[in-house]
Amino acid sequence: MHTPIGLPWELLLSAVVLWSVVALASLLIPHVPRMAPAIFPLGALGALLTAGAGVLALRGPPISTVSPLGLPGLPFHGRLDALSGLFLLLFGVTACAISLDLAGYRAREHYPVASRIGLQYHILLASLALVFVAADAYSFLIAWEVMALSSYFLVVTDHHTPVVRSAGFLYLLIAHVGALAILAAFAILAAHAPAGAPLALTFSALRATDPDPAVAGLVFILALIGFGAKAGLVPLHVWLPEAHPVAPSPISALLSSVLLKVGIYGLLRVAFTLLPAPAPWWGLITLAAGLGTALSGALLSAVQSDMKRLLAYSSIENIGLIVAGIGLALLFSAYGLKAFAALSLIAALYHCLNHAFFKGLLFLGTGSVLHATGERNLGRLGGLIHRMPQTAFLMLIGTLAIAGVPPLNGFVSEWLTLQAFLKATALPRPYLAMGIPLGAALTALVAGLAGYVIVKFYGIVFLGRPREAKLAQAVESGPFERAGLGLLAALCVVTGLWPAGVIALIRPAAQALTGGEAPVTAGDHGARIAVAHAGYAPPLLWLALGIIALVGVLVLRLRSSGPARRAPPWNCGHPVAGARLQDTAEGFGQPIRHIFAPFLDIKCRRPGLDDPEPRYEAAVNDRFWEGLYRPLARGFEAVFAGARVLRPRRIAISLLYVLAMLVALLALTP
Amino acid sequence: MTHPTRIIDLLAALFLLVAFAMLSQRRLANLITLYAWQGTVLALSIAILAYETGNTHLYASAILNGLLKILAIPALLRRLARRLDVQWDRESLVQIPTVMLIGLGLVIFAFNAALPIAGLAHTVNHETVGIALASVLLSLLMMILRTAALSQVIGFLALENSLIFAATSVTGGMPMVIEFGVALDVIVGVFILGVFFFHIREQFDSLDLDRIEGRED
Repeated sequence: MHTPIGLPWELLLSAVVLWSVVALASLLIPHVPRMAPAIFPLGALGALLTAGAGVLALRGPPISTVSPLGLPGLPFHGRLDALSGLFLLLFGVTACAISLDLAGYRAREHYPVASRIGLQYHILLASLALVFVAADAYSFLIAWEVMALSSYFLVVTDHHTPVVRSAGFLYLLIAHVGALAILAAFAILAAHAPAGAPLALTFSALRATDPDPAVAGLVFILALIGFGAKAGLVPLHVWLPEAHPVAPSPISALLSSVLLKVGIYGLLRVAFTLLPAPAPWWGLITLAAGLGTALSGALLSAVQSDMKRLLAYSSIENIGLIVAGIGLALLFSAYGLKAFAALSLIAALYHCLNHAFFKGLLFLGTGSVLHATGERNLGRLGGLIHRMPQTAFLMLIGTLAIAGVPPLNGFVSEWLTLQAFLKATALPRPYLAMGIPLGAALTALVAGLAGYVIVKFYGIVFLGRPREAKLAQAVESGPFERAGLGLLAALCVVTGLWPAGVIALIRPAAQALTGGEAPVTAGDHGARIAVAHAGYAPPLLWLALGIIALVGVLVLRLRSSGPARRAPPWNCGHPVAGARLQDTAEGFGQPIRHIFAPFLDIKCRRPGLDDPEPRYEAAVNDRFWEGLYRPLARGFEAVFAGARVLRPRRIAISLLYVLAMLVALLALTP
Repeated sequence: MTHPTRIIDLLAALFLLVAFAMLSQRRLANLITLYAWQGTVLALSIAILAYETGNTHLYASAILNGLLKILAIPALLRRLARRLDVQWDRESLVQIPTVMLIGLGLVIFAFNAALPIAGLAHTVNHETVGIALASVLLSLLMMILRTAALSQVIGFLALENSLIFAATSVTGGMPMVIEFGVALDVIVGVFILGVFFFHIREQFDSLDLDRIEGRED
């Protein structure tokens, strides 16, 4: 029996099947090396199919389907609605660029490694696609776990190093804590189904359960913890700065661009579609968590000296901004201000897209730099713009986008977030109406810090002079890598210059979640907030900036005395000019370390007077390690040291425990 | 009550009887024979359940169980026992009457505990649930009381038999049952490998076996 399931589903399922086949085919790479070049381009094709399915789902009505797979009486349910569509689009486009990059990156690897990455990577892609369309708790959790495990194996690709293994373990541990919280959230919700109904597992049945406010609040908190662990909310963010640096760069890009967004997707799915109308405190907690995350991420990224660790903390900061937007949306929904809720959600979702694009771009570019130089430490890089001009240009686009410079996409979503914050004056409680707009100031501070961080990143890596002799051997990255970078850079430019189109894409998702029509109108090729009459039109801005620049150049030309003269750069009067006189990552971060010293845990190493090789080093540790995780670990150790007393010395005694437990449980059953 | 149901009742009673016999048997060779009998009863009852419910995949389960538990595993265990030269060793059990009394108590408890489960089960007979549960508990008891590695393994195998018996009698033949059966058989295979492991240990270092077994005190 064949019933049509709709074009979006057909596209999506063919992508999943394609990825599964490619994953299995990857196993054969060591035996049939000839097919190695086809593996990752085929994966990119699957990603494009997924993106197509996402666009169709955003445009069309939701389509549900029940798959014949699954346990008897417990089939997999799927539903493609606007929210799934948006995240599928984000995932498909980003994964396409990452697959292209991998096609180049992995061509140079040994076959066994390429084979393992090909297997796990395509399994991860398939499970990600399924997470976004699963419509019952059971298949959602299966896809979720497959995603967590396959990404774990990708993180520990270089498993011969202890650092990599311990980072992978931390990742796995926090992923499991999060999965347990999610499982508990679903179970509690299912347990409150109306009496007599069959076990509520599908999302539509879970939505029909009408839990009382306390239960709904508990479920929300559990979901926030569970999905927050995946997204990297403080204090569950500690895996990010450990796992990102050790994973291969394209995998870091996928982790940062897509896997963190899965957490956001899950939070939106549970908070807006499974639970009843939110209570105000949900929004406040989420907002506080988001702003706290954004601020700690920005601060900590400002003081890092490892490229990928810096980007990882910057991802935490961006996730914080997104979650703050979701918090605002919850708060507005709680007070029935649906239009503003939709506006905040559009801001958050827009930022999701943007972050996926520019962070993917930066991580892929970092991978190219890492491959060309073998160096992750900012203190040993520099001057790469001369060696890798095209990569440097594409990275510049990503840098400007993440810094929120106007014609690019980062500005649009930050502007929308700020607008949403300012709309909080409409809240009916005076404290909230006056207090929340202050969050706008915090957001601005975070955006400023983000700009500072990224100037440091780009300046130290690409500008100035090479800090090490071996950097002279760096070469431009291959055509596949540049294609991946170029795709993401183009997306950054397009989503920046054409906000009206992007908002039109996102609007159905935000509308479906909040039930409100966002007061954002698309006119003048830009965005306009209907209520406050604030507008942003990139073409106009572009024009104005262009005119100012032109006038500036003309004035300078007219006033300068003659043609530019080439001369050695001024060396500040210092007799020896060397690359080590340049500003370093530590030096650049020093003001931040100084200003925010109470929030940071800094270990400095200052050179002594008679040091033959003077070097200044400053390592900044995450305060959450000493403040939260170590005490927790010590507590667990103490508890289990106590439990050791109970451990039997004879097998018979432990079997007796089993029997006693079984009998006790059977006796307790009503 | 139909004839097949009565036969299943009879087989369930036999199953319980074999469980008691295993509990009190001191010699390993006899224990293995008893285990083969238990497998026979299990396979027969699954086959009759298949006839009763008309579920063809239960026949597959019956054949699978029969092959494994009447022929393969007992033969393997016998060979092991011969090699280790432990088949006629007498195990020092706790007083057998006491063991039997504890077993009786467990059976009564199991029947009480099975009442609510039996009510839910859409099966041919409700008493079989209680019997299956009782056999699970008896097998556990057997594992506790045994001191030799091989007889402990047989206790574990008997536990697995009882679980399969419980599964078929409660769910009355779902495709899941076959999956469970096969999965558990895999575990059994692993366990038998574990015996090989013990075997190697004993050849090289018998003290270590004592330590693992906890017989040093």
